Amino acid sequence: MGDEVLSINDLHVSVEGNEIIKGISLTISVGEIHAIMGRNGAGKSTLANVVMGHPSYEITSGTISFRGTPLEEMEVFERARAGMFLSFQYPSSIPGVQVGTFLRKSVSAVRGENAPSARDFRKELKGHMESLDMDRSFLSRYVNDGFSGGEKKRLEILQMLLLNPCLALLDETDSGLDIDALRVVADGINSIAPEAGCLLITHYQRLLEHVKPDFVHVMIDGKIVKTGGAELAGDLEAKGYDWLEA
Amino acid sequence: MSGDSARDAVGDYRYGFHDPENATIRFDKGLSEQVVRDISELKNEPQWMTDIRVKAYRRFMEMPMPSWGNCDMLNQIDFEAVTYFLRSSEGTEKNWDEVPEDIKNTFDRLGIPEAEQKWLGGVTAQYESEAVYHSIREDLEEQGVLFLDMDSGLKEYPDIVKKYFGTVVPASDNKFSALNTAVWSGGSFIYIPKGVHVEMPVQAYFRINAKNMGQFERTLIIADEGSSIHYVEGCTAPTYSTESLHSAVVELIAMDGAKIRYSTVQNWSANVYNLVTKRGIAHSNATIEWVDGNIGSKLTMKYPAVILKGEGAHAEVISVAYAGKGQHQDAGAKVHHLAPNTTSNILSKSISKNGGRSSYRGMLQVTPKAHGCRSKVVCDALMLDADSQSDTYPTMEVGNSSADLEHEASVSKVSNDQLFYLMSRGHSEEEAMGMIVNGFFEPFTRELPMEYAVELNRLLELEMEGAIG
Ligand SMILES: Nc1ncnc2c1ncn2[C@@H]1O[C@H](COP(=O)(O)OP(=O)(O)O)[C@@H](O)[C@H]1O
Ligand SMILES: [Mg+2]
Repeated sequence: MGDEVLSINDLHVSVEGNEIIKGISLTISVGEIHAIMGRNGAGKSTLANVVMGHPSYEITSGTISFRGTPLEEMEVFERARAGMFLSFQYPSSIPGVQVGTFLRKSVSAVRGENAPSARDFRKELKGHMESLDMDRSFLSRYVNDGFSGGEKKRLEILQMLLLNPCLALLDETDSGLDIDALRVVADGINSIAPEAGCLLITHYQRLLEHVKPDFVHVMIDGKIVKTGGAELAGDLEAKGYDWLEA
Repeated sequence: MSGDSARDAVGDYRYGFHDPENATIRFDKGLSEQVVRDISELKNEPQWMTDIRVKAYRRFMEMPMPSWGNCDMLNQIDFEAVTYFLRSSEGTEKNWDEVPEDIKNTFDRLGIPEAEQKWLGGVTAQYESEAVYHSIREDLEEQGVLFLDMDSGLKEYPDIVKKYFGTVVPASDNKFSALNTAVWSGGSFIYIPKGVHVEMPVQAYFRINAKNMGQFERTLIIADEGSSIHYVEGCTAPTYSTESLHSAVVELIAMDGAKIRYSTVQNWSANVYNLVTKRGIAHSNATIEWVDGNIGSKLTMKYPAVILKGEGAHAEVISVAYAGKGQHQDAGAKVHHLAPNTTSNILSKSISKNGGRSSYRGMLQVTPKAHGCRSKVVCDALMLDADSQSDTYPTMEVGNSSADLEHEASVSKVSNDQLFYLMSRGHSEEEAMGMIVNGFFEPFTRELPMEYAVELNRLLELEMEGAIG
């Protein structure tokens, strides 16, 4: 299918000799929202990090391709420039680097020749910050330095909106958010979803009340054990994961 | 020598162009009492200055090399291979148009006159040994502010120079202050009258262009009661495969209630010895601030010092050092609390890369009579790879128990997660490293005037290119 943004085929991943991902296949096309649910330690973040290219993980077998290009041929920053975005479960802080400067540099790195002029950038930024209910004072703070959990997640979503990806990997972006913030974040995801592929990693159903997934995958011990529609999230909420375990 | 091997010798260096050397007077290499007398005579100095020089020369000959810093590198200095005086222009020009063309080209490339027009209160540009261009804004002149190169200062205001010269940094302080006192040339002389606040920073720019050239500028700043000034100094040297010696002395005097801030960003090529003595005396309720950035050079030994002489005086020393391949930055700060209720803050940040070494060497002294003093020292080191080195030599001499002293030190590495985060936002590994490094220096950079801050960030980003692997 021509609209495939991400195609994962029988992926196995190890870290320090331990296999974490044990054979996953998954295809995401433009306009689709996929949710991956699973308990802590199932390997969800590992999957997202591997797709983005974190150097700590080793792909032992299987393939990943992004918009038709095998990922092993792309550096992390090339993936980003080609439209991949990861909203981190635990974003790193970069002391001394102001949010405003960081956002401007990132936008020009990722959007390259199509980056907006300084004036348009400011306008865009202002619009997104208002929709995310973020104060201007954010811009002069240091990236994630001393941020609360909720502030970090908002900054991740702000970056997503500015970078306008065609593949968004959102790792527990809903955790630590109050109900208002959750709605704001959901609006952000919904606004890019029609033009992008989205992979939402979560272990609550909460976010999925605001962002309706096309597919829900259940991950246990490095494998996808069940795939269903949006209703599967409700089943998990009611019954837990035990009934899916072998 | 081929371009490549010159490059190996000096490393990647942004200002590494050099101009055809165009000296009107050049001394033979090497140092003797006669050379010292000749320099003084050539400048038509008063006898008392000649005497100071000759006495200092004799001290220099007797004094041993410093026993700290990097003794191996110090002992490689060949004082006989250095040219101690070079005049590349006949006198100091007030009008930029009158400065000789090739010298002007150099400063144009460095952006000096442009910078002046934009935001500086005054500029002195020094090329080799003597100032070639000098200007001061008219309103400052009307308020009685004196801003001259040191040679002109001595000619026009000999009484002030005689009263203060060498009172903060005596010739006998160390071997290099003795050398500077013997052969000094150029530098800035500044006097700010009582109660005058110089709102815009004034700037000097020093550049070594000739091979084997020593540069020994001498700066004296006197801020009279209740006055204030921000002085900015930038330094570069071009690319040569032979070594150059930069050995300056800076003396600051802040009278009661005065404030002096002295900001420096030095970017020497990797074959320059940068051995500088900087010290200020702060009288009652006066403030002295050193903002000191050291990039490049082969060996830098520099410990900006403040003597807190009057009650309520305050010292601030913020410094950064960047040591690349084959480089040793031995830098730090010294504060002497001689009077009660004096306060000081020291922040030192260093980065080592590619086997470079940075050392923090600090001295904090509180005398028995200095009650109620407060001091905070913070040293942070960032290592970019495993071959690099960072060490700390803090010394404290505390003579009474009422002092409130804090000392914090940290050594950190750039984490993979930080790099990955930035790279996932479209930045290459070098760019990501550049952002982290600039962020680490940010508490220093934000103290600089805008154009210097931008320049420093650009230099560091260039330093990160090719740094990975
Ligand atoms: N960088 C790493 N080093 C060592 N172990 C790791 C690393 N990343 C993940 N793991 C291990 O892999 C397993 C899955 O972790 P993770 O992918 O974070 O799970 P999830 O996101 O589903 O909670 C855990 O046992 C975790 O300890
Ligand atoms: Mg996780």
